[in-house]
Amino acid sequence: MDATRHELNIQLAQMLKGGVIMDVTNVEQAKIAEEAGAVAVMALERVPADIRKQGGVARMSDPAMIAEIKKAVSIPVMAKARIGHFAEAQLLEALRIDYIDESEVLTPADEECHIDKTKFSIPFVCGARNLGEALRRIAEGAAMIRTKGEAGTGNVVEAVRHMRTMNREIRELIRMPVEEVTGFAKTNGLPYELALKVRELGRLPVVNFAAGGIATPADAALMMQLGCDGIFVGSGIFKSANPGVRARAIVKATAYFNDPQKVLEASMGLGEAMPGLEISQIPPEQRLAGRGW
Amino acid sequence: MVAKKNDNSSGIIGILDLQGGVHEHLDHLHRLGIAGRKVKQAADFDNLAGLIIPGGESSCIFRLLNIFEIKNPLLAACRQGMKIWGTCAGAILLAKKVVGENACLGLIDIEVERNSFGSQLDSFKSEARIPEVDADSIPLTFIRAPKILNAGSTVKVLLKIGDYIAAAENDNILVTIFHPELTASTAFHRYFAAKCKVSCRINTESRADEGWNYCSWTRHARIA
Repeated sequence: MDATRHELNIQLAQMLKGGVIMDVTNVEQAKIAEEAGAVAVMALERVPADIRKQGGVARMSDPAMIAEIKKAVSIPVMAKARIGHFAEAQLLEALRIDYIDESEVLTPADEECHIDKTKFSIPFVCGARNLGEALRRIAEGAAMIRTKGEAGTGNVVEAVRHMRTMNREIRELIRMPVEEVTGFAKTNGLPYELALKVRELGRLPVVNFAAGGIATPADAALMMQLGCDGIFVGSGIFKSANPGVRARAIVKATAYFNDPQKVLEASMGLGEAMPGLEISQIPPEQRLAGRGW
Repeated sequence: MVAKKNDNSSGIIGILDLQGGVHEHLDHLHRLGIAGRKVKQAADFDNLAGLIIPGGESSCIFRLLNIFEIKNPLLAACRQGMKIWGTCAGAILLAKKVVGENACLGLIDIEVERNSFGSQLDSFKSEARIPEVDADSIPLTFIRAPKILNAGSTVKVLLKIGDYIAAAENDNILVTIFHPELTASTAFHRYFAAKCKVSCRINTESRADEGWNYCSWTRHARIA
């Protein structure tokens, strides 16, 4: 990928700032999401909560279904490829969607290598639990980062942990004398040049969204106040009692995240949120955030 | 609501801060020494000489404009002389006609088609001479851009490329389907400032600010 293309891809993510990206599984849901003010939709066959429940191998969605959703909306369409599955990514690029999520929500195809994203013209978003993971993905060519959180749980605690970890590491990096950066980069697995870049910028050089467990307007406001640039909502909308109303409420709360009165108004009368899962109740081998490295 | 008398000589240019590329415009205004203000509440419209509606997703900004009743104060400020510039999604929101959809603000007599070039793989950069705006060629960045299909007699076309219009204006409104805030050039921000009668305290003669790079916006969104 040439530098111009990469810059355009990073800049598309910038245009999504302050917005909400919603998981949808069919045309009807995609239209509800667009109407509610989503800045993009993530097209997939099963939302993470169902993938978790049904188990088995989760793969890239049926391209015919992604194509239908692409036709139904004018906002950007994203879709997921398995970690390391560059052939799935090639199909999604050939399908000409707008963004690929190399996602731990699907069953990894490669336990050693993530996709070499520099080979593609299409942009990628990748999950991260800490600064090292984020910068390794950026070094591989990701144009956008999101927290991993713990998808399909309706429990925001892991997304908070990942964002706080990243912020803490950025603050450490900024405070240390430059000669200590080499050691910090080695210990935490940071590509050195990118570590220096983060030290200069005081944040990631690309947009960083919150993802994994966001279920309420207050969850969205929390993640935005922790410094996220926008929000992914997976199961949180279409596993709730009243998807359209909840989708609109999360869009409002994301835009007005630092205005408690407006987040309060948005939170009124939404009906039941999705059922939540306590992280300690999930056996470690079924936790999605541990996939990838 | 009592209409306040607007003082457009404040020298402040606002940026509608509902969703999208707010930091990028703020950064360009700072480069020119212009006071920028994020506009999020009705009261934020007071005494603005101009307002930028940034790129983002027009359907999202459309919704937020309506639910939080920002639309009426915006239209009132416009009637009192506030100039408006819409980039990309902003241009869609300002248009009188949108293909297949309802128009939002209808402040400039143009017809636009959303996402008219295709997917992200069809986003591109180019450049063009626009003598009204700058003597030098101006870099242009198109991201999932709309097209302006036609313009009425009250509209002056600033740039036409092939079968579509890429930049246009009337007395109060400026629209560009590309993103000057995503390039090193401040030419369009200077041009809009002049339209608002706001003077740039920093006068960059060169077309490209060499201090700019694609990460420049991040200084307005630091974690630490």
